[in-house]
Amino acid sequence: MSAPEPILSMRDYRLVFDTFDGIYQALDGVGFDLNPGESLGIVGETGCGKSITAKSILGLLPSPPARVLSGEILYRGQDLLKASERDFRRLRGTEIAMIFQDPMTYLNPVFTVGEQLVDAILAHQRAKPGGERMNKAAAKRHAIQMLAKVHLPNPERQFTSYPHELSGGMRQRVLIAMSLSGAPRLLIADEPTTALDVTIQAQILDLIAELIDDLNLSVLMISHDLGVVAKVCDRVIVMYAGHVVEDAPVDQLFNDPRHPYTRGLLASIPHPGRPPTSLSGIPGTLPNLYDPPRGCRFAARCPLAVPACTTAVPEKRHLSGNHLVACIRADEDLPAEAADA
Amino acid sequence: MLEIEDLKVHFPIREKWQKATVKAVNGVSLSIATGDSLGLVGESGSGKSTIGRAILRLNKVTGGDIRLKGMSVVNAGRTEEEMLRRQAQIVFQDPHSALNPRMPILRSVAEPLVLHTKVRGVELRRRVTDLLEIVGLQSQFLYRYPHELSGGQKQRVCIARALALQPELLVLDEPTSALDVSVQAQILEFLKKLQREQNLTYLFISHNLAVIRYICNRTAVMYLGQIVEEGATEQVFSAPRHPYTKVLLEAVPLPEAGQSRRTDVVIGDVPSPVNMPTGCSFHTRCAEAMAGRCDKVAPPPVALADGRRVRCHLFAD
Amino acid sequence: MTDAAAETVTPAREPTWRERNQSSIRQARLYVRTFARNGSAMLGLGIVTLFLLTAALGPWIVPFPEDAAGSVHLDIKLQPPDAVHWFGTDEVGNDVFTRVIVGTRVSLQIGLIITGIAMLIGVPLGMIAGFVGGWTGEAIMRFTDVFLAVPGLILAIAIVGALGPGILNAMLALSLVWWPGYVRLVQAKTLSLKNSIYVDAARSMGAGKMRIVFVHILPNCASPIVVKASMDMGMAILGAASLGFLGLGAQPPYPEWGAMISVGRNYLPDWWWYSFFPGLFIFLTVLGFNLMGDGLRDILDPRHRE
Repeated sequence: MSAPEPILSMRDYRLVFDTFDGIYQALDGVGFDLNPGESLGIVGETGCGKSITAKSILGLLPSPPARVLSGEILYRGQDLLKASERDFRRLRGTEIAMIFQDPMTYLNPVFTVGEQLVDAILAHQRAKPGGERMNKAAAKRHAIQMLAKVHLPNPERQFTSYPHELSGGMRQRVLIAMSLSGAPRLLIADEPTTALDVTIQAQILDLIAELIDDLNLSVLMISHDLGVVAKVCDRVIVMYAGHVVEDAPVDQLFNDPRHPYTRGLLASIPHPGRPPTSLSGIPGTLPNLYDPPRGCRFAARCPLAVPACTTAVPEKRHLSGNHLVACIRADEDLPAEAADA
Repeated sequence: MLEIEDLKVHFPIREKWQKATVKAVNGVSLSIATGDSLGLVGESGSGKSTIGRAILRLNKVTGGDIRLKGMSVVNAGRTEEEMLRRQAQIVFQDPHSALNPRMPILRSVAEPLVLHTKVRGVELRRRVTDLLEIVGLQSQFLYRYPHELSGGQKQRVCIARALALQPELLVLDEPTSALDVSVQAQILEFLKKLQREQNLTYLFISHNLAVIRYICNRTAVMYLGQIVEEGATEQVFSAPRHPYTKVLLEAVPLPEAGQSRRTDVVIGDVPSPVNMPTGCSFHTRCAEAMAGRCDKVAPPPVALADGRRVRCHLFAD
Repeated sequence: MTDAAAETVTPAREPTWRERNQSSIRQARLYVRTFARNGSAMLGLGIVTLFLLTAALGPWIVPFPEDAAGSVHLDIKLQPPDAVHWFGTDEVGNDVFTRVIVGTRVSLQIGLIITGIAMLIGVPLGMIAGFVGGWTGEAIMRFTDVFLAVPGLILAIAIVGALGPGILNAMLALSLVWWPGYVRLVQAKTLSLKNSIYVDAARSMGAGKMRIVFVHILPNCASPIVVKASMDMGMAILGAASLGFLGLGAQPPYPEWGAMISVGRNYLPDWWWYSFFPGLFIFLTVLGFNLMGDGLRDILDPRHRE
């Protein structure tokens, strides 16, 4: 497998927050590659650092309190950690776009959907170096095209609607239209369907899948829902307490999870399509990230933990092909009593 | 145990200077047998939580009746209300906001005992310690405040509080939706064990189909204030009959490899509960809708041979 | 470690005070730590502490106690500050330092009484307006709006004008214009808490209205009330001084800062110390209470908590 040049690549990224209560060690040596045209999922529970990772890419973390200790985030060869606010303004929307969990937060309630979309389009035009300039009428035509592209019913009419007149699903469509209006290459989706109902979620996921194919997008999808990443993504990385613990193609991750945390996570979800079997859950709680344990951060909750786990952070290693695991005992089966518990 | 008969809960609202009515629950009939757990599943706005709140008298009821062990909840007087409070308790979705932030756990859990019994002092503390033990928390939590506990621990506290008066019916309103999956698994396992040990009856309200399938032996699917399908959980999940149930089940992304990226089964948005469609409320999104019938006549519930009830014209003959 | 072991062996043992309150102790420590790290809040606390100490000890530490109530030493009138009279003397030879220090206690009384009465009127009204709602709540809020629509000091002047000048009337007048802020604050907070889930939970357990108000709502309103009260202390003192300055509050020779400036202003700019030092004390007091209130808000406001 000769790997193509990744479009986005994070290397040994360490980020802390300086807070009143001390130094919160949010991310510790996070690294992954995103290949062009690939859709990569990041999953993990509260406090694992998945959203912080996403926000870091677009330079959306205020500093202070955020402080980068080491690492680099390369977008097509450019280190985003060294990018200025000016560079980011050029990148956001035209190269990298982001959609969020709650679209209402990112739509201005006093302007119509159309006005905001036209504004976004014109801003993207200005940001593109040497790109042709559109006039307002052309921008409006483009905006309505975009609304049609995200399957908003009645795009001409909705163009003049205010955000509060739309349902949650329609707002998310508008936000997707807005973020894609600058023809970005990379889409970062941070829990895009978490606030939506199942039937609406299915429609938005369909839309994202359609756009991935149509626009040849690379996608970084952040979600706590393993079902969502299983459906949309080609490859998944699992995060726990600021570490990447497993990185594998989607079928390998779900059929043969190797990190004990991933295995625990998968054994915790009831499956809607199968009769119930017992759920194991993961005993214990997240480590205190103000004073994280040495070594593997999952060791205290891990059924496979041995003394060596607590002395050094396990290196990520290749199990097979592109299945990476940060666990020294990834080849072993879980002890029987742990499966019962 | 619990019988709900043609329950209607309507809320008056003001929309654009005009008075309107939200028909949150619009003619729901249900019954739960002792020891059963009924799952009430539906999307936001389906009215599932309103039913749970109506059972605890947290909402005004517009019409119909709710009977708990034969006693009317809707028309209860003072003495009856006292009895009802002991028989039914509720656990809410967000454990973080369901506990008074200024009260240590001891006082929160003790509240129902203080309100309804004469137990005080050392005995009260012993009872609370026992309750915490049932939900798997040590006595060191007695004097902690909610903000010092994790989400899962807080939800356990809420369950302990609901159990204080030894109710027979527990209304669980999305009890795990605010929790991480590894914690959710622990709470679900615990709820299952608790039901077995204490012979409790559950009304489990959730939007999460997997959770319902896991914990409930009967399932009722709600859409816009009405139950569209109700039956044994395994039947409803393995062979759904109502078009909405089918859509709902297809729409859930599964935590497994090898799914198609596209679902392509669901269309449209949920209609506003203020302006409900005529006829069957689902006909605007239904792939099997029959013009001239579904958009005109509201389907009555039909009992199928396998014991389920479906509200759909497809089964009406 | 041994402590935890002992607890598991004898679970029925009455827990000690320390065990029962260890959470509160930890919380208090956190508050203290947060507050202590806030420089301006500590400055405010320092000023307020000095103010309280001065108010408590004033009459015993001043060099010329008899000057406080106003005596006459025309031979040393309008002396500039020196080693004996630190803040100089006034037009009848009273020691300005003595009068300013004794005035501290007067100001404290004024602040406490005005804020106290305002809270006694405002908090219950806000509670009723928020909790009962409906027609009653509407009536209370509109009545409050009427008071809020009239500038406070102007209204107070009108009330004193009707009652006649004097320190007691001034305090009464200021109290009467001060309460609407509390109604607003408490009503808003009550309204949001009334619909909170834990109040629903209490209702579902059968808690009565009184219990919900006093156990579940009032304690959770306490923080914003404390913050507002702390800031109001300063503002009330300023208000009373303003009335004193206008000749409607305390009457000379009563040692009240506003009244002192009122007289001292006639001797500006040559005899500046006469009005400068009372003014400086008003300034410092108001500043102190405001900084402290800001600091309190930082630690008590849940949004700032971890």
